[in-house]
Amino acid sequence: MSNISRRKFITTGLAVAAGASGIAVAAKVARLHGLIPPDAGGLYGPGETLTYAAQRLLTRHSMARQFPRTEISKNPFANEVDRLGDEFKRLQAASFVEWRVTVDGMAARPASFSLAEIRGFPTSTQITMIGCEEGWTYIAEWTGVPLSYILDRVGALPQVRYVVYRSIQPDWWESIDMADALHPQTLLAHRMNGNELPVPFGGPVRLRVPRQLGYKNVKYINRLTLTDNLKPFGKGLGGANPDGGYAWYAGI
Amino acid sequence: MNASLPIADRGARQLSSSAKLGSAVPAAHRKRHSALVRVTHWTTTVAFLALLVSGGEIVLSHPRFYWGETGNVNMRPWLNLHLPSSRDTVPTGYGYVLPDQNGWSRYLHFQAAWLAVGTGLFYVLFGLFAGHFRRNLFPAASDLSIKELGGSLVRHLRFERPGKEEAWSYNVLQRLTYLLVIFVLFPLVIWTGLAMSFGFTSEFPLAVRLLGGQQTARSLHFLVTIFLVLFLLIHVLMVFVAGFRNRMRAMITGRATPPTE
Repeated sequence: MSNISRRKFITTGLAVAAGASGIAVAAKVARLHGLIPPDAGGLYGPGETLTYAAQRLLTRHSMARQFPRTEISKNPFANEVDRLGDEFKRLQAASFVEWRVTVDGMAARPASFSLAEIRGFPTSTQITMIGCEEGWTYIAEWTGVPLSYILDRVGALPQVRYVVYRSIQPDWWESIDMADALHPQTLLAHRMNGNELPVPFGGPVRLRVPRQLGYKNVKYINRLTLTDNLKPFGKGLGGANPDGGYAWYAGI
Repeated sequence: MNASLPIADRGARQLSSSAKLGSAVPAAHRKRHSALVRVTHWTTTVAFLALLVSGGEIVLSHPRFYWGETGNVNMRPWLNLHLPSSRDTVPTGYGYVLPDQNGWSRYLHFQAAWLAVGTGLFYVLFGLFAGHFRRNLFPAASDLSIKELGGSLVRHLRFERPGKEEAWSYNVLQRLTYLLVIFVLFPLVIWTGLAMSFGFTSEFPLAVRLLGGQQTARSLHFLVTIFLVLFLLIHVLMVFVAGFRNRMRAMITGRATPPTE
């Protein structure tokens, strides 16, 4: 072995060792700071982790774009939903007076709120865009109770890391991290463009998380679960959409 | 102590390595592309093809394009591709709905975008430091006359095989095209892509405002892609015109055979 190739061998070895331990340290730091999404495994894990980590480092507190009233879409599009079941029909026939949103999991005071209670909570209003992963968009005015208010009210424990939210539709659920759950624009929306939220748009209650795509804005919310671990839910990827092959973090 | 020693040392290494190569390949083979150019070229190729396939697939879930901020099936598009769709909410006129492939398509699109952007940054930084742009891409002032440009254009349109002088460097049209792709089209396609992201525009709203809206960004993303595909097609065609084997060997091994008379 000549001098040059030995030097090359040693420096290459050192570089590889430094790189490998660098990645290991980076992974540890990333995990500690909540920069690893639940769908970080698998073929597309690296890209997804880069996207989520970059967004969390850059956009933790940023606000989704707001629009003037004149830009509210005259022709919003209500995406199709799976057939709504008999339970939904029964509640709808009674003007949703019996609709309840249950909050459970890691809360000091788990609760179940009626629709009237939810409508009585302090509201926040925003004119924001909703966009589907398919590419289409519309702008609407949304009014609802900030999710952070609900979390506060039930006494969310400090170790909560995710909010799992479910639709009355069977097996339809999603989750968000605390950066989005505590974000002031994240609402349990119950009004749209000044009226009660219409059923095709998710009424009576829809989760509105305007920094993420349409599929994270689940319609017909009737249960929230606070947790520090998404593994026990579904396939452990953090939502029905991730279980079906879609990205968990949908801010892009 | 002796400043000239490392240079002499390097010269000796080069001599010995070309002597070694001499046994495997003809001594006439000369260096054409640096390792930086070759590695980033093929990495970009892989990323671009992945972006193209996944991007095309994503378009199928809504094969219509709009100007401004908003657009959906209740609004009039400026462009309807009249393709079958992977969603039954889009009226296409076709009697069938394609399977939904957006899950992996979107995952792949963004993973490949990271690869493309990382490769691009690496290429631009090293290209600046190593003098690649100055040496190989910026055209000489004398080549920018109407006469020179016209002559080069005519030779391209006649599909003439490049002359000897082009065996080791790019011609003027090639230089201008590569500069357009590297410094205009690629930055534009990245910008218009980011301008569609709700997370990104929450932090950088100007990225989408300057373009004229979210749907305009989507439309421009599609249009820039068409120009990139046109470039790819002409680029590959020109490789065939110039001699496929030699050009491929140059971009893979870095070495090329000088043209024979």
